[in-house]
Formats: sequence, structure tokens, C-alpha cells
Amino acid sequence: MGSYTLTHLQHLEQESIHVMREVVAEFKNPVMLYSVGKDSSVMLRLAQKAFHPGRFPFPLMHIDTGYKFPAMYEFRDRHVADIGARLIVERNEEWIAKGAHPTRLGNDKCCQQLKTRGLLDALSKHGFDAAFGGARRDEEKSRAKERFFSVRDRLGQWDPKNQRPELWSLYNANIDDGENVRVFPLSNWTELDVWQYIRQESIPIVPLYFAQPRRVVRLGGILVPCDHRDIVDPDGKLGFPDAEIVEVSCRFRSLGCIPCTGAIESDAVTIDQIIEEVIAARRSERENRLIDLTSDSSMEQKKREGYF
Amino acid sequence: MDRPLDTAAALPDAEKSLLRFTTSGSVDDGKSTLIGRLLYETNCIFEDQYAAVARTSEKRGNERVDLALLLDGLAAEREQGITIDVAYRYFQTARRKFIIADTPGHEQYTRNMVTGASTADLAIILIDARYGVLTQSKRHGFLISLLQIPHLVVAVNKMDLVEWRQDTYDAIVREYQDFSQKLDIHDITFIPLSALDGDNVTRRSDRMPWYQGQTLLHTLETVHVAADRNFIDFRFPVQTVLRPHLDFRGFAGTVASGTIRPGEEVVALPSGRSSRVRSVETFDGQLAEAFAGQAVALTLEDEIDLSRGDMLVRPNNLPQVATAFDATLCWMDQEPLNRRTHYVLKHTTNKVKAFVGDVRYRIDVNTLHREPAETFALNEIGRVTIRTALPVFFDPYKANRATGSFILIDPVTNRTAAAGMIRGIAREVGDVTGSGQAVSHRSQNVQWEGGLIAQADWEKRNGHKGAVLWCTGYSGSGKSTVAKALVRELFAAGCQVMMLDGDNVRHGLCGDLGFSDRDRTENIRRVAETAKLFYEQGNIVVCTFISPFRADRGFARGIMPAGAFHEVFVKCDLEVCRRRDPKGLYRKAEAGEIAEFTGVSSPYEAPVDPELVLETDLHAVDELVRLVRGYLRDHGLMD
Repeated sequence: MGSYTLTHLQHLEQESIHVMREVVAEFKNPVMLYSVGKDSSVMLRLAQKAFHPGRFPFPLMHIDTGYKFPAMYEFRDRHVADIGARLIVERNEEWIAKGAHPTRLGNDKCCQQLKTRGLLDALSKHGFDAAFGGARRDEEKSRAKERFFSVRDRLGQWDPKNQRPELWSLYNANIDDGENVRVFPLSNWTELDVWQYIRQESIPIVPLYFAQPRRVVRLGGILVPCDHRDIVDPDGKLGFPDAEIVEVSCRFRSLGCIPCTGAIESDAVTIDQIIEEVIAARRSERENRLIDLTSDSSMEQKKREGYF
Repeated sequence: MDRPLDTAAALPDAEKSLLRFTTSGSVDDGKSTLIGRLLYETNCIFEDQYAAVARTSEKRGNERVDLALLLDGLAAEREQGITIDVAYRYFQTARRKFIIADTPGHEQYTRNMVTGASTADLAIILIDARYGVLTQSKRHGFLISLLQIPHLVVAVNKMDLVEWRQDTYDAIVREYQDFSQKLDIHDITFIPLSALDGDNVTRRSDRMPWYQGQTLLHTLETVHVAADRNFIDFRFPVQTVLRPHLDFRGFAGTVASGTIRPGEEVVALPSGRSSRVRSVETFDGQLAEAFAGQAVALTLEDEIDLSRGDMLVRPNNLPQVATAFDATLCWMDQEPLNRRTHYVLKHTTNKVKAFVGDVRYRIDVNTLHREPAETFALNEIGRVTIRTALPVFFDPYKANRATGSFILIDPVTNRTAAAGMIRGIAREVGDVTGSGQAVSHRSQNVQWEGGLIAQADWEKRNGHKGAVLWCTGYSGSGKSTVAKALVRELFAAGCQVMMLDGDNVRHGLCGDLGFSDRDRTENIRRVAETAKLFYEQGNIVVCTFISPFRADRGFARGIMPAGAFHEVFVKCDLEVCRRRDPKGLYRKAEAGEIAEFTGVSSPYEAPVDPELVLETDLHAVDELVRLVRGYLRDHGLMD
């Protein structure tokens, strides 16, 4: 008998593939939410693997807020074309036109309209009954309690006290019309697993993840990129005195909207160096995400409202 | 802060394995602190998380940083200060990545514990050294046994609060060992520790020099789990059919157990059509072999009808196929079990309509007693018979977690109503509505032939009365040894004597029966009827059967005339039986090779009021034989 063992990455990979196949078999109209970040990139590769030699039988959907980094839009369009996937882009045009912005509405309300509302409207517009998301349980403490299959009511809301138990690899995919399920194939992956897998599989990622000298302003321990100061601070409320602008070698540990995503100091220009950095990291992955910091329960609150 | 050096990078990814474990304990026995400690010492807690927890600890006036706060995920929990759901945690060391299913210990959340346990390779039970083995610690042990988690670590925590005393620890170990003999757990490790200070968590404690074992982390890193998986019985439930173009038809799925290679013959269930595997396809190329746990796509040599819910197996290794099976059910819904409504049964990738045909009993998880039940409410566990609209292909859960497990979905609310573990085939569909106890069968159109020679005439010629001496007791208690000596002696004394032995009847009369509760019942029914025939011809019938169930012995007594049946309790301490182990059966049962073994994985219900008690661990065989002869004399059965 040979050695019938799986490495931890293979184990995670097989589990994610199993989950994706279950969704395709059990739901009528699934979609994969694509946020252009590293987790989305891994999820795409897993989808390719799950349905090889065919293409994965669902479209990708990007909920765009209009505030993403230009490098993300470029990467998105090129990568989607390369793998031959179908991409749907949806925006909450009403609130984008109204100028929704964290400095005007506060972080929570801005997210609520541009991301949560944008997502819920898009799901119902297309009639999707299952949506893959790249969220991981290790990202944030309320996500640690998510299931692989997270059932949302007609308003897209999550009720953490009324979740379905998930046993073995038997997923309950039964829902009523109008309800939908968020499915998280990367539930058991950690940030380190994601990077190790990106290295193992040579998965393309947005260059913003790699360090390079960038002009930034230090704002409460976070490096805010100056190239986009109009987007970060459209009304000049924060003030970016030129004197405080410094050029620092930095990279983005996670990617979101420009106004809410800071960079961290780093010299990591290769995947290996990023992995070393993640292993040695003293601060959590979402530390540079301004959206999680507003209150101690802010992620849980967003999830209850329909956020991922 | 003396954090150990980070080791996550030490092993190349390609050699790192995965261990899933679950932790359970009572509300205050330090479970969250222990997990917090493991995460902290393996460097899996970040500065900003740590700082937030330190701030909260200070606000609450705690002397030390309360690592348990790291784990409180939901706002409601932070308010109540308890964990209310399954939370998953992750950490890595040089050797392994770990997934922790952190489940609450209090009673109303049994369902969460079962959920967390269903995927675990190992379980940690925490016991507070000050309070010792509590009802909850036993309940967790029972659930771990029920879910067949292969390895158990009993962490005796808060050793600091009992002055690191060995006698306190030893007493807890002894008590838990005694208890665990009733369970089906084969690998138990005990570790004394203090999660608060970290003693024996990741570092050897110098405050408990008397403990020579491994630290908790070392145990987690080195426990061997590959052997727990089933690589023998090939089972491939088809998840979905991949048909990207006309020339390719692949059956996607995860190998549930066993292995498969191109060229090997397979049979499709339920169609029964056979073919050969042409290729094992993956994105990374074709494989020479696929094994349990791998998600692949199989192509076959022939175009056979096969779709989601069907199963590919090997022709010489088939699962059981039935529309009725016995199962242990854990009820998970607020809405109690309704036997009049159907549920959706999800088993592997298959969904069928199912009814709960018969509720046999409920298990009190605190006492492990069986009690009669009509239905189950939330968090209740018991035995049922499930009837399905279409045949299901399964293996007993003990042999195969993947093909022996199922869930029931409420078709109205869509909630997951129950989790089930299959024990085996239900004997006949017609029987499943019965009481589950032996029933006296009388075939139709058969005239009882009796009275050719009256029993009294037989007895007069034999010089003694007929009697059935029913010896019951554990395997290895000495039933056969005493019975053989007795039969020899009675024969020498000119008696008409007959011996019915458990092993002998299973060679012929009962050769078609297994050791499920139902089969044991049927075994006893046949033997009792046989004994009765010999009794009616004036024999002294010596029966030696473990016959663990009171109801079955009661049945045997009930079919005979009053005064004919004599229950002989062959009593012996279970530990002595284990040590004797004349047939090596305990060893096999403890190794998991024998399922349903009385005293190990199946209960023994001792006689309440036996006619005779033979204590084989206290008396020699000839003394016991004399005792029986004395009994027969005193009751006028022989001179």
C-alpha cells in the first residue's frame, strides 16, 4: 500500500472542490462572487479544478463600488478574459451617483449601500439562489462561526443563532423560493494557506499585493496612498499636507475600496517573501481595513444585514 | 511575554498534514483558555487581537490577560460570557495544520457538539481537576464514542488549583478509565495541565515532575490519523456528471473510501451495470490511483446509466442495499420528531424520502440508560428504524463514516432536523413496526405434534425432572467452563442432559445471524425454542449465552411453563473477563475489529433476580458445580 495521505493544502483543496460540486448539483442558478483579491483568485482556480476538463458552469459577479484600485480593474478584465469566464459587473448606481463615501456617510453606511445593498439587489435581479464567496473563518471572529452553506432569508439577512448544523460533508442545500445561500468554499483556509496555495499553483494575483515604493501619508498607523488622495478624501476633510507625504516601500495585505484600504510597510516583492512576512506577522490580516474597526461587533452587524 | 519561536515554516508545505479536532468541556473548565493558550503559544494570535483582549481584560479588572476572550465570536456571547455555537479556529506548527471545532459543553447544545465531532479525528475533553469527572464529562465521552472519533485526549485542567497533586490526577484518570470501558473508544490519552499558565500545553511542566507523558501539543502533532481512514472498501458516490463535450463523460465525486485505479472493474448502483474505469481525471493530470478523500472525476469504458446519487463500487466488495435500516439518531431541531411525516434523507450525494418507522429507545446521555420513547425532542439521542422510499447503499457507520452517516431535512422548514449513524440493515420491513423484542412465531397450517410420549414419562424413565438452566454473563465470565463441568458430572450421574452453547449454535442453527441487537434477540429466540423442545422431552438443558438483554431472557422464561426456567447468573468482574479473554475477543473488540461486543461497545443488562448466582472470580469450578447440584436437589429436580 502506498502512502495514502493528503497534505494540508490538498486536504483543503479537495474539501473546497467537493463543496463547489455540491452547489452546482443542488442549486438552479449559482454565481461566484469575484472581488479580484487573492482569495477570489484561489477560489477561481478551485472552480477550474472542480469542473475540469469543462469550464465551471456559473458566471462570476463583481459588486463594484467604483472605488477599487485601477490595478484591480485592469487585472479583473484581463484575468477573466484569460480563463474564458463570464463576468457580470453590478453597481449600486443610485448611491454611487449620490456620492456615497466613508467621509460623508461613515464607513458603515457607505458599505451598507455600495456593497451590501449592491449585492442584494444584484442577487435578486439575476435570480441567483447560491453565491460563492471567498470569505474565510480565520479572517474575523464572527466569521469563525459561519457555515459552509450560510442560508439567508429573503432580505439576505444572516441569523447566527439559527444556523443549520453541518455534519460530515453532508450539506443541506434545501431552500424556499426567494431565499439564497452564501457558500464559502474557503471556510477552512487561513491567510497562510491561501499564500502557500498561490505559490504552489502559481496563481496570478493583483500586483498591489507586492511591495514597491509608494507615496503615502501615515494616518493613525495606516499608510494611505496619495496617488488616490482625491478618492480617499474627496472633500479635503482629512487634509493631506504635502509635507507629510513620504515614499515608503509598502504593499497591500488585503484589498478593498481605496478609501478604506491602507498599505503596510513591507519589502516583500516575491510570493516567498510575502509568505515569510505572513508567518512573522504580528498584526492581523484585516488590520489595514478601516471598515472593521468602527465597533467591536461591526463585522457581525454587517453580516446580519446581508454582507458577506 | 515569553512566546516560543515561530515554527510554522519549519516543514515544507508538501509534508505538512492536517488534524481536525474538537474540544468540549463544561462552562467553566477553561476550554476557551486552553484554545487561547494553544493559539497564543503557536504564535497564531496577532498583536492587534492580543492588545484588544488585554484592554478588555484590564477593563474587567482581571489580573492576567484572559486568553479566553480571543474566542468569543458573537456579540451575544460576549454579553453572556459563554460560547453558544460551534466556532472554528486554526493554527499551524512545524508539523501540522490544525482545525479546531470549538463546541459548547452545556446541555442544550448537544447538537453543536455532535456537529463539531462529526468531522474530527481527535477530541479533547476538559476536566476541571477540582471537580473531577462530572456528568458532562461522561456525556461528552458518550458522544465521542457515538460519533466514532478515533482518538480521545482527556485534559485534566486547572492542576494549579489542586497544588499539582498527582493523587488528585490519578483518581480522575482511574474514574474516567472505569467509565470509558462502557464506551467504544480505543485510544485515550490523559494529560494533567494548566491552561492558564501553560503547563504541559506546549511546554513540559516542571511543577508536575511525576508526569512523564507528552505535552498536549506534542500529542496533537504526532497522533497517527491516516490509519483511521478506510482504504479497503471502494465507495464512490457520484456528485455530478461532467459533460463538457460529446467525447467526454466524467463522473465527478469524492472517493468516500477505498482506492481505485484505471482498468479496475466497477459496478454502478442501483443499476447493477458494470464497466471498467478508463481514467481518473483531475485538473493536474490523470492519476494512476485515487484514494479516500480525493475529489476526482472518473471516466468509464462503457456508456452506462449513472447520475448524481448513484454509487460506483467494486464487484467483490458491495455495500448493503436496503429500504429499511437501524440507526442512531441525534435530533437537532426545535420541532420534535414526527413519525407521521416524511423527511428528506441526505446520504452521501443521494436524497430520498424517508420515514422514521420505529423509535426503539432513547438514550439518557447522562446515565447511558435506555428508556422507552415515542419521539425525540431537540438534543435527544436514540435508536430508530428508518424506512426509505428507494433503496439506499450504505455501510455501518462504524466501518465507514462517509457511507454510514446521513441527515434528515424537514421538508417544510428546510432545517436540518437530525443527524444519523447507520447501525445496520433492519431485518425485514415487516418487522420494523414490531416492538423490537423477540416475538413467539407460529407458522400457519402447522399442527403441533406433541404428546406421543408425555413429559412425565420421559422424566420417570430419566429419574429426574426436566429443566432449563440458562447461564448468562459476559464473554469470558466462565459460562462454558462451568457448564461443561456440570454436564460431564450430570452425565456421569446418569442424567439426560443437553448443552446449548453460544458458539455452537452460531455455526448452524443461527449461522445467518450477526451481533446487532436485533440479531441477538433472534438468536436467543431460536435457542429458547430449541431448549423448550428438549425440555419437553425431559432433558436438563444447560444453555450458555451471553444473552445481554433482560427482555430476551424474559422471553425465554416466558415461553416455558412456570418452574422450568432457571436463570443462572455467571458473575465475574468485567476486568477479570478482559484479562482472561480466552478467545482474544476483548482484544479484537477494543481494537475495533468486532463491533457490538458486550461489555466493550454493547451493554450487558445484569439479571435482577436470578435463581442462582455463580461467582467465577471467587470460587473454583468444582465448588460451583457442587452449588448447582445442591440447587437441583433442593428444588426437587433430581435426587
